[in-house]
Amino acid sequence: MAIRLGEIRLRRYPLGPGMILIWVLGALGMGVSVYRWIFGLGATTNLSDGRPWGLWISFDMMSGIGLAAGAFSVAAIVYIFNLKKFYPIARPSILTGFISYILAGLTLMVDLSQPQRIWHLIIYWNIHSPLFEIGWCVMLYLTVLALEFSPVVFDALHWKVPLKIIRAIQIPLIIAGVTLSTMHQSTLGTMLTILPDKIHPLFYSPLFPLYFYMTAIAAGLAMVVFESFHSSRTYGYPFEMKMLASLVKAIPWILGGYFVVRMAELFITGKYLYLLQGGAPALMFIVEMVFGVLIPIFFFSDANTRNDVHGITWAAVFTIAGLILNRVNAALIFMSGTFYLPTWQELAVTVGLTCLGFIMFDAAVRFLPMFPEPTPKAVKRL
Amino acid sequence: MPMNRRDFLKASGAGLGALALSAAPVKAVSAKQNTDETGSMLYDSTICVGCRACQVACKLRSGLDPVVDTSGLYEMPHDLDSKTWTIIKLYKDDNSHSFVKNQCMHCIHPACVSVCPVGALEKLESGPVIYHRERCIGCRYCMAACPFSVPKTEWEKPLPFIQKCDFCADLQANGEQPKCSEACPTGALIYGTRKAMLDTARARLVGEGNYFQHIYGEKEAGGTSMVYISDLDFTKLGFPEQNDVSLPDITWPYMQGTLGVIGVMVTLSTAIYLRTHRKDKNGGNGSNGNNGDNGHNGGSDTLKGKEA
Repeated sequence: MAIRLGEIRLRRYPLGPGMILIWVLGALGMGVSVYRWIFGLGATTNLSDGRPWGLWISFDMMSGIGLAAGAFSVAAIVYIFNLKKFYPIARPSILTGFISYILAGLTLMVDLSQPQRIWHLIIYWNIHSPLFEIGWCVMLYLTVLALEFSPVVFDALHWKVPLKIIRAIQIPLIIAGVTLSTMHQSTLGTMLTILPDKIHPLFYSPLFPLYFYMTAIAAGLAMVVFESFHSSRTYGYPFEMKMLASLVKAIPWILGGYFVVRMAELFITGKYLYLLQGGAPALMFIVEMVFGVLIPIFFFSDANTRNDVHGITWAAVFTIAGLILNRVNAALIFMSGTFYLPTWQELAVTVGLTCLGFIMFDAAVRFLPMFPEPTPKAVKRL
Repeated sequence: MPMNRRDFLKASGAGLGALALSAAPVKAVSAKQNTDETGSMLYDSTICVGCRACQVACKLRSGLDPVVDTSGLYEMPHDLDSKTWTIIKLYKDDNSHSFVKNQCMHCIHPACVSVCPVGALEKLESGPVIYHRERCIGCRYCMAACPFSVPKTEWEKPLPFIQKCDFCADLQANGEQPKCSEACPTGALIYGTRKAMLDTARARLVGEGNYFQHIYGEKEAGGTSMVYISDLDFTKLGFPEQNDVSLPDITWPYMQGTLGVIGVMVTLSTAIYLRTHRKDKNGGNGSNGNNGDNGHNGGSDTLKGKEA
């Protein structure tokens, strides 16, 4: 019995110098990770007793998971809200989310002091710990994402039975994904609520869970735009202008709501006094709110910008950067502790993991029927 | 009294939970309500002569390597670290000086215990906060969450564990006192029940001597097993200013709310799904399957079309 691989085969997309650089940086990152496992965190990072969490937690873990929220948002839009016109972006969005969660898991494998014991999360419980909940949600959601993504593989293999099974449980799966995402996206915020005296008041908030959830949805949708731009540029897929422009209309509402609540909190609690004090916290707060929140709101609200490939992509980039800045401000820059700058090894691992994400996406596009394949003419045009 | 405030917080937390969900009975993360009889130590900086007998006794008991310099000579560590569970520091300015002892404060409501995802830190009813290294995954959340920055880790090792004072929990269980207080020759560090320590501290504050009128640890971070009195302001001695809140009480309502989130999201998603799919004639699950099928087949068809 020959194994039939169906549509799983290498698609010959052009291989640019960018992709080769990504492979090199990815390999470097993996190499440094192995070095870190052998010699330990002390030998490779600038983490210390006064700075137990650094770049990997604030950027790769907290921001990475936040940016993966596009998967559950688009899944909800397509399958729960039944807006079928967005179906073409569902597959790549779920793939992007799936990859982001794999990367978050890999980040933990690099960052944990005892990575070989990550499975302890399964057998030792502490329901009081936000991290316990996040651990479980991420494990379960990774499973859900794998199942949500599996039809692409089954479809390609022309495997009818597993396809039928997945489709029978599709809606419960989507609902589970939405619920698990809501839980752990907000709980990432809860994680920081226990640090009221360590995080600068401009960035600390008892509403962390709400803020993290809202910004994750907005930036997750922005990631869908960014991923579409990447796919159109790299693989010559059509940029679904109309669909994306319609999708991002939600962002000003979400970020607008977030902005109003955060400003209300600022003035009701009297924390605005820290803004008047000036200095780095005030500056960074203003940068975060202007570039990461207000500019995306204005860009995405404007029909001309929204319907322009570069306008919508830039607005998405600002939204994504805004989320990253928000997480890094709260969990690193304005968390009191020893002065910290990442080592080149920490940067290499972060860059390498990000590149690994591009490599996994590339592999999926090359081997699986992710999109309709473009004609050679379409590739040339871009 | 702190008891009332804690009761209030517990009650309000439970109330919040019960509002959103039927709160499942959970094992409390904190010590039993009455902390009067738990193990405690009082450090009086006006009596301490800085002999560091406590530090040496701790080193012998913990079995941790001494801190050495580059040529292998013994050195005084600068701060608590993975080889130093307790340390005597000196504060000095133009008019005054004071020694101060640092170690784990053994909070009544320890943040480290509540945040550890695998329950590697445990608050014993008798007072000590102890570490189960066989459980630890090394996420270092305890280090970040500790309001006193006490847990340290063995950065130099490939597979580091957390290190912190265990309040000689095993000795206390045998009715003995911790090694540091046992070693103290001046009585600057004494061991007893928390009630006895607080009573002694209060008596000293109103008695002779020029004490700074505050017992550090009585209420800080919801109260600690280690209590301090001094003739200097505690901020000078390096103690962080704390709101008198029990840190686990901040996160616990959110964690309880999680069950509410599950309920709301599942109900809401299902409701929206049923509403948006009402018009589909097939109805119910049949329609999902078909929607999916149409979509997927559409994708495959397009694909085949292009390839042909």
